[in-house]
Amino acid sequence: MDERIETTIALTVNGTGVTRRIEPRMHLIDFLREELGLTGSHVACEHGVCGACTVRVDGEIRRGCLTLAVQADGKTVDTVEGLSDSGELAVLQQAFHERNALQCGYCTPGMLLTAQALIRERPDATRDEIREYLSGNLCRCTGYQAIIDAIETVLRTPRTEGVG
Amino acid sequence: MKPSAFAYARPRALEEAFALLEAHGENAKLLAGGQSLLASLNMRLATPEILVDIGAIPGLDGIAVKGKTLVIGARTTHRTIERSEAVARHAPLLAQAAPHIAHIAIRNAGTLGGSLAMADPAAEWPACCVALQATIVVASKKGERRIAATEFFKDLYTTALGPGELITAVEIPCAETDERHSFLELVRRRGDYAIVGLAARARVKASALSGVQLVFLGVGVTPVRAKAAIAALEGKTADADAVRAAQAALDRDLAPGPDLYTSADAKRHMARVLVARAAAALVG
Repeated sequence: MDERIETTIALTVNGTGVTRRIEPRMHLIDFLREELGLTGSHVACEHGVCGACTVRVDGEIRRGCLTLAVQADGKTVDTVEGLSDSGELAVLQQAFHERNALQCGYCTPGMLLTAQALIRERPDATRDEIREYLSGNLCRCTGYQAIIDAIETVLRTPRTEGVG
Repeated sequence: MKPSAFAYARPRALEEAFALLEAHGENAKLLAGGQSLLASLNMRLATPEILVDIGAIPGLDGIAVKGKTLVIGARTTHRTIERSEAVARHAPLLAQAAPHIAHIAIRNAGTLGGSLAMADPAAEWPACCVALQATIVVASKKGERRIAATEFFKDLYTTALGPGELITAVEIPCAETDERHSFLELVRRRGDYAIVGLAARARVKASALSGVQLVFLGVGVTPVRAKAAIAALEGKTADADAVRAAQAALDRDLAPGPDLYTSADAKRHMARVLVARAAAALVG
C-alpha cells in the first residue's frame, strides 16, 4: 500500500477558492488548520463527541473530525474566521463576552457555530431547546449556564443586523 | 487519533461502485455520511485499503411516496428525515426517533442507509425499521433484492448484506389513519447512546390495540422484538392489567447484558418503564 496516496480537492473556504493535493485520510479539520492555517476551529476528541471542531459545510454545521477533506471537494466551507470577518457572529460574540460565556475558550468556536445554526433555525427556542441543540458541544469550564444565557440574550434581543 | 492511510474512490454510478467492491473485497469500505465509519477509522478499529465514497452516485437520496409506500433513499441524512413533512405524515415513528440520534452536526451528515448497514444495537433506525416492518432494498452487480427489516439484522454489527451489496433505499408501508406510534429512549444525556430505547406502534380502534409492535434497542446484539409483551397487549385496551402483563412478559423477551454504567436488572426495569409509557402514548 502506497503510504503517500494523494488526491486533489478544490473547494471554497470562507469565500475563497482553494485547491490542494492531500491524502484522502486527512480530516477536514486538519486540512483547515494545517494546510490553510485556519486554527480557529479546534481539535479535541477526534471522534465526534466534543464539538470543538464544528465547521459549516454547504451551510450546515458538521464535525470537522468526522468529515474527510476529500468529502468537502466541490463544497463551500465556513469557519469561525470567515464568519467573524463577515460580521455574522458579531452579536453572538459580543453576548458571549458580556455574559462571560467562555473561560479557556477552547470550545468557543464550536459553540459559536452551533449557536448561530440555532439562531438561524430556531429563533424562538426556549432555554431547554437551546440546551438540547447544544448537547453535542462540550465545555469543561463554564458549566454551560453562561453560554445558555448568552444565546438566550441574543434570541430575546430585537436585532437589525449581524445575525444571519 | 488519525486514520491509517487508505486509497479513495468516488464512483459516479452504482456499477462503478460494484466494480470497486468486487476488486477490493473486504479491503474496501463504503463511505456515506461517515459518522460512524470516521470514528472507527480515527481509532483505527477499521483499517480499510480503500474507501468507496458513494456521495456522488445519483439516485440514492430523497424521500418519495409511491402508492402506499414511503421510499427513503439510503443516503438521505437523519436531518432530512427529521425535517420531512412526508415522513411526519406517513412514518411518524421516524420523525419521533430522529431527534434522538446523536447531535445536530452529526445528523446533518449521517445517513439512514449508513446506520442500517452499521447495525449498531443502540441505534434508532434499525429498531424503527423492524417496528415499521420496512423493507431494505439492496443492490449489487447481480441486481436488486429486497430484505425484510425483520430478517436484516443478524448479529452485533452484522446484517444480511452480502459481499458486493449496498443499501439503496428503504421502503416503509405508509401509516394507516388509526395507527399510533411512540419512540422513547432513556439516556444519561441528550444525544448519548440509549441505555434502553423502544420503538412502538399499534392500530387503535375504540382504544383497543391491534397490530402491536414493540422493538427495543440497546438491550441485545440486534433490535429486539418483544414477542411476549406484544402478545400481552394485542387486542387489549392498554389498561393497567394489560400493561402489567406486558411488563411481566418482558422477562421472557429480553436478556440484556450490563454495560459500564447500567446493570442488567436496571435495564430490565427501564424496559418495563418504557413499555408502560409507550402503551399510554399509543392510546393517549
